[in-house]
Amino acid sequence: MTNKVLVYVDHFKGEALPASWEAIGAARKIAESLGSGVTAVIVGQDVQSLAKQAIEYGADDAVVAESPALADFQPEPYADVLSKAAAEADVLLLPTSGRTRELAAMVAVDLETGMAPDVIEIAVDDGLVLATRPIYAGKLLSKVVIKERKPQILTTRSRAFPKPEPDASRSGEVTSLEFELGEVPTEVLGYKEAAGGVSLTDAAVIVSGGRGVSNNPSLTPPDEITDEKEQEIWRAQQGFGLVGDLAGVLNAAMGASRAAVDAGYIPYANQVGQTGKVVSPDLYIANGISGAIQHLAGMRTSKTIVAVNKDPEAPIFKLARFGVVGDLFDVVPALTAAFKERLGK
Amino acid sequence: MEEHLKDKEETLNIVVCVKQTPDTAATVTVEDGKISWGDAPLVLNPWDEFAVEEALRLKEAHGGEVTAISLGPEDAKEALKQSLAMGCENAILVSDPSFAGLDSLQVSKVLAAAIEKVGEVDLVFFGRSSVDTDTGITGSQVARRLGWPALSLVAVINSLDPESKRLEVERMLDESRQQVAASFPAVISVVKEINEPRYPSFMGIRKASKAEIPIWSAAELGLEGDLESALTWPDVYAIPKVDTECEFVEGETPEEIAAKLVDRLIEEKVV
Ligand SMILES: Cc1cc2nc3c(=O)[nH]c(=O)nc-3n(C[C@H](O)[C@H](O)[C@H](O)COP(=O)(O)OP(=O)(O)OC[C@H]3O[C@@H](n4cnc5c(N)ncnc54)[C@H](O)[C@@H]3O)c2cc1C
Ligand SMILES: Nc1ncnc2c1ncn2[C@@H]1O[C@H](COP(=O)(O)O)[C@@H](O)[C@H]1O
Repeated sequence: MTNKVLVYVDHFKGEALPASWEAIGAARKIAESLGSGVTAVIVGQDVQSLAKQAIEYGADDAVVAESPALADFQPEPYADVLSKAAAEADVLLLPTSGRTRELAAMVAVDLETGMAPDVIEIAVDDGLVLATRPIYAGKLLSKVVIKERKPQILTTRSRAFPKPEPDASRSGEVTSLEFELGEVPTEVLGYKEAAGGVSLTDAAVIVSGGRGVSNNPSLTPPDEITDEKEQEIWRAQQGFGLVGDLAGVLNAAMGASRAAVDAGYIPYANQVGQTGKVVSPDLYIANGISGAIQHLAGMRTSKTIVAVNKDPEAPIFKLARFGVVGDLFDVVPALTAAFKERLGK
Repeated sequence: MEEHLKDKEETLNIVVCVKQTPDTAATVTVEDGKISWGDAPLVLNPWDEFAVEEALRLKEAHGGEVTAISLGPEDAKEALKQSLAMGCENAILVSDPSFAGLDSLQVSKVLAAAIEKVGEVDLVFFGRSSVDTDTGITGSQVARRLGWPALSLVAVINSLDPESKRLEVERMLDESRQQVAASFPAVISVVKEINEPRYPSFMGIRKASKAEIPIWSAAELGLEGDLESALTWPDVYAIPKVDTECEFVEGETPEEIAAKLVDRLIEEKVV
């Protein structure tokens, strides 16, 4: 392999994360400064088509490691392969995901080098990558350099780097990687599907709801629901129904505060914040969310924040670009209707 | 199984790695490159509470003991005391002047050495990530160093059999949950869905406050002069204050407000 800058293409069952292409864009910039090219590394089974896509998004060439033993993501065999592919590289970039954090961490051990997860900015200084990453739940930023060891391993946060325009006319060499797998210590038994819908971390627009979604005393639950907690959840379902309608017209993902998750209104997979997902969409609409610091930790890098809240003093308004002081049960349906009209849906 | 067949070796020897971190509600500032959280208390890393809880539940179900290990300065003992107060049997502080400011590549080396020194360990628990450095990689690195299976981001342990030393878990992927089986010894990191951590009992707190916590140094772990971080942190600073002046959209009716807001979002090319 000739190129000194590698990008690992993360995928779930053969479908690439869009952030993989963002990482290729970031890698191109590094490669230009270093006077090198970019090689995409693809690991899995039946993943040849990802090599072609990677080249369209800006990789100069690609190496592919395929085996039935790699059909499911398992960190150990994937790390065996990636450590082999990256042994001579200067820089290895991966898009941040639950998988790649672990994979990159293991490759760093194999190659006795440094690894910085979830970086949001990259520069090249004196031939070394100078990365910026948020720490303390995004309250601080830290610069990170991996000195004297190679490869410099970094994972790039979703949506922190622009996605290159694919160019179908690009071509490049695709080679197969020779590899041997160590003993695979785990056995994948199956998958339980997560709730469908637009993925939070990749979403351009997120519409979120907080504890406020259950706060509509004028809604009367059906007679058969007598338990108070059940009545609250029923109300919250009406509220999240409205939030979901708004998400629908905007082709947005649904988010939630921890209070809404803990109260059982919506699954944990939807939680945004320090103990949930970190997101940075172009537009984040927070409905009935007060804006606790742990919630802000997950969404403060959103480009534009809109807040709908009854309380004019709610801290969320300190971060919001646009605010509506009002009852979400009135405002959200009106917003849905207005977007429908203006966006011609 | 009949009680007399239950031999001592089938109980679990569990280690849980815990870190001391500033409270997440703390106001964090930087002065002269030094991070400060004022008077805010240091606490057991919130993610690690779930790890301690799961270790305790397994011990309660199958018998055995739980040892909490923390790498850090003397004041990391507070995290260990909280682990003891929750119900861990033992606590060990891994501490040495040469451990200050290590990156996770080296922290994982020290923790792996400590786990090997404990000996005969069946399971090692980790939290999802540290709330100060937000890295979430130490558990995977320790697993790699020990050569044990890494079961990361586990949301539920579906089964565990101390006799056959086999367990089945569900780990969180962003797209779905992956069901995985492995044998002990294994390394497990947990997410908050796995349980609801208990509060320390009054008795537990009393016991913990009296506990003598042993300290293991670099020499005792055979790691003298062997640790050099791969990472350097040339700068750390507070996020630049973006002065977003919130533009409040007002009107007589929700419809009027909504129409104005949508107009503004279109004008500003947000949608
Ligand atoms: C270690 C730790 C980790 C945490 N991690 C997270 C995390 O990842 N994510 C997270 O979100 N939180 C997290 N939290 C919790 C956080 O501190 C807050 O408790 C939580 O975010 C509050 O959620 P909320 O804004 O929905 O509820 P509340 O704070 O109760 O706010 C509800 C808001 O809705 C408004 N409202 C009520 N009714 C209406 C209505 N009808 N119309 C319009 N507005 C209405 C109210 O004015 C209020 O501002 C964490 C806490 C800790 C200690
Ligand atoms: N200094 C430490 N001592 C003991 N355990 C640690 C330490 N640092 C990290 N850990 C463990 O590793 C997990 C992940 O931490 P991190 O990789 O730092 O985000 C934490 O939740 C802890 O369980």
